[in-house]
Amino acid sequence: MSQSEHILEVKDLVMKFGGLMALANLNLKVKKGIIKTVIGPNGAGKTTLFNIIAGAFSPTEGSVFFNGRSIQNLRAHQIACLGVSRTFQTVELFGNMTVLENVMLGCHTRIRSSFLASGLFWPSARRKEEQIRLRALEILDFIGLGNKFNESADSLPLGEQKILEIGRSLATDPQLLCLDEPAGGLNETEKETASTLIQTIKGKGITVLLVEHDMRMVMNISDEIMVLNYGEKIAEGSPEEIRNNQKVIEAYLGSGEDEYAQD
Amino acid sequence: MEKISLASQLLQYLITGLTVGSIYAMVALGFNIIYNVTEIINLAQGEFVMLGGLIMSSLHASLGAPILPAFILTVVLVTLVGALLDRLAIQPIRRPSVLTLIIATIAASIIIKGFAMLGWGKNPYDLPAFSGREPIHILGAIIQPQYLWVIGFLVVVVIVMTLFFEKSITGKAMRACADNPNAASLVGINVKRMVLLSFSLSAAIGAVAGIIVTPISLMTYDRGAMLAVKGFGAVVLGGLGSFPGAILGGIILGSIESFGSGLISSGYKDAFALIVLLAVLFFKPSGLLGNIEVSKIKRF
Amino acid sequence: MLQIRKLPVAVFALFIVIFPWAAYLIPAIKNYTGIMVFVGVYCLITIGLSLLMGYAGQISLGQASFYGIGAYTTALLTTRFGVDPWICMLIGMAAAAGVAFLLGAPSLKLRGHYLAMATLAFGVIVFIVFNEETGVTGGPDGLAGIPGLRLFGFKLNSAEKYYYLVWTIVIGVFLFTINLIQSGAGRALRAIHASEAASNAMGVDVSRYKIIVFIYSAILASLAGSLYAHYMNFINPSTFDLSFSIKLLIMIALGGMHEIWGAVIGAFLITFLSFEWLHYFKDFEIVIYGLILLLVTIFLPDGLVGVPNILRGWGRR
Repeated sequence: MSQSEHILEVKDLVMKFGGLMALANLNLKVKKGIIKTVIGPNGAGKTTLFNIIAGAFSPTEGSVFFNGRSIQNLRAHQIACLGVSRTFQTVELFGNMTVLENVMLGCHTRIRSSFLASGLFWPSARRKEEQIRLRALEILDFIGLGNKFNESADSLPLGEQKILEIGRSLATDPQLLCLDEPAGGLNETEKETASTLIQTIKGKGITVLLVEHDMRMVMNISDEIMVLNYGEKIAEGSPEEIRNNQKVIEAYLGSGEDEYAQD
Repeated sequence: MEKISLASQLLQYLITGLTVGSIYAMVALGFNIIYNVTEIINLAQGEFVMLGGLIMSSLHASLGAPILPAFILTVVLVTLVGALLDRLAIQPIRRPSVLTLIIATIAASIIIKGFAMLGWGKNPYDLPAFSGREPIHILGAIIQPQYLWVIGFLVVVVIVMTLFFEKSITGKAMRACADNPNAASLVGINVKRMVLLSFSLSAAIGAVAGIIVTPISLMTYDRGAMLAVKGFGAVVLGGLGSFPGAILGGIILGSIESFGSGLISSGYKDAFALIVLLAVLFFKPSGLLGNIEVSKIKRF
Repeated sequence: MLQIRKLPVAVFALFIVIFPWAAYLIPAIKNYTGIMVFVGVYCLITIGLSLLMGYAGQISLGQASFYGIGAYTTALLTTRFGVDPWICMLIGMAAAAGVAFLLGAPSLKLRGHYLAMATLAFGVIVFIVFNEETGVTGGPDGLAGIPGLRLFGFKLNSAEKYYYLVWTIVIGVFLFTINLIQSGAGRALRAIHASEAASNAMGVDVSRYKIIVFIYSAILASLAGSLYAHYMNFINPSTFDLSFSIKLLIMIALGGMHEIWGAVIGAFLITFLSFEWLHYFKDFEIVIYGLILLLVTIFLPDGLVGVPNILRGWGRR
């Protein structure tokens, strides 16, 4: 078995919505410590794949293994506590909370105290709260939003919201970080920041599974790329191999550039 | 007094159940029309029924207006109330959420109920039955002619609604809003107008239900809440958003209530429908004809 | 920012302590101490409800039933079986918690309207049971002869004594709830309100949090019901009907459900409205409640506690 080598294994995954086949017999292996990117035209099933890995959907068939452990029947919060974290395609921050509080919430997977202890303001609960606060501030410094800790999350510009989502995910202390279009809607400078951040995260030993449309970013930072089209894998390999793959070129040209320019 | 056989008694319960169920079905249709366009559960739905009964009673029984003009005028007036509800209570809300919208409809229902009490007082109001109160005897069961009117009106409402939503441009536009409001507004449908229309339409159906049920069960200012809860029971039983489900749910709920109060306990008459509502929520929240996938995808 | 702002709490506590003295000295508000007992009882319910609705974003339209469960549990156990009132209170709270769990576990998994309608239906069913089970509950006539409370051997035999008991409990619950909100648990609740999907992805067990808060709110309502029963010595079903659940909703909407202070302010205003001020309006009472609820929902979505923020916003312009 190669479990030690692969942090994530997806086997024969099928997902149907009513009559619609979103994923057909998908197989995917992600090596520890790399940046693996899933690309494909809109509607190819990338976000569905993420939703299944993170436990938001249960697959129609097939299985998902994280560190060799089957997780497809676990609920989303359990998977998060195991060490899989994700961001969302359209930003899902807690807009009613501050930047700091958003990241503090991420720490929920590791440090928490009971209702009773919190309500009674026990010293242990206070200590934990302080611990969480320090850790969250540390993460904010790491992602470069340290000076904005007290602003409300929805007052940030989109670029920073996306970065904050990554920070919030980092706070869960993940081994696998799934990023759903972290550069979507960002300008060139912001994309640059996001790329650098993702590479730094990889440098910390965290495996990254990425869904992204921005080809320049994908080609620059990915170690491996998988291409999905209509729920099926049509190619897999290094950026260089993908760039020259005839099927991939057809899939993208066939579907039209403008289609994914929309989002 | 002649003894009624069990069979005729059961038939009696069934017919009563169908009649009451038809009313619940109409309330349920009203819920679904608004829900499908706006995803709002309009808890003031029962107030439309109450207003229909009371206004008709004043126009027809008290002021002596002929039945047809009184009927039409009542429906028009209640429809206006529905439109006002949308304009004054729903549209002005700046941060709509399930919570605020439910609260707004509750507020509206309290206000309508309050004004009804000011206008009509706390006494029940009657209406003459449309074709007299001479009961028809069938197999030992006694049927008020008005029962047949109620069931007949449900059929008419269903036919009209089906034609409206399937054939008319406006009806199709409303369905488009239900599927995807953003796309609907992109193709030039005025979503706000459709929302207004859905409230008006629901109010109109509620008014009809109120008019036809008043000769059977009288009407008081405070009946709206219970009608709304039971109508919502029918909605959930049939499946939130489903029109055939609303009718099926209404009729099943009416029958359960009728048989339950006849055979088990009349004191718990109002509880049966609610127990069914809870049971469905717990065991099959998608309802009989609903689709859980759809309800998951819905925004709220 | 994670500190309890101590000054307002201290001012509030001081106000509570001196209020009966003021009422004693000022003839115009002589009977207000009695009303304040009710305010306190309602505060217990609204604090729980605002945590459930304002923080966790879940709607309960059946809170009156838990209030009733508390009241009837103590009333029955004390009058029929002579059980000690304090033990009855605990049993009532446990009963409410159990019922809330059974009711909440299935419906909280669903979204939006479902909990609202399930609690609404449940509330009406409980009300019907109170009315119909005449042999147990006394039916519409209710139950009389509920003993008053004794504390350390002293009989609580005046409004003032109940006032201090109830408000001591309210302040305890208030502090507990504020601590909760300012802890990780409260943060999780606000997160759930903002986005259930993201909360789940951050490892928050959303269903568990919702059910715990629902149970907490039911326990508080039950405690309030027990206190009410012992204070009044008599209960009947009409206290626990749907319109009371709605009145509770109006309280937290008016005060503002996104802050615990709102629950207190709302309970205070609506209780005084209905006990003292609305008599002048007689039949307009219902309309006025409806208008308050509607106007607050439209113009003050954060309730009265949100007013300073709005004013500050104007000041900045």
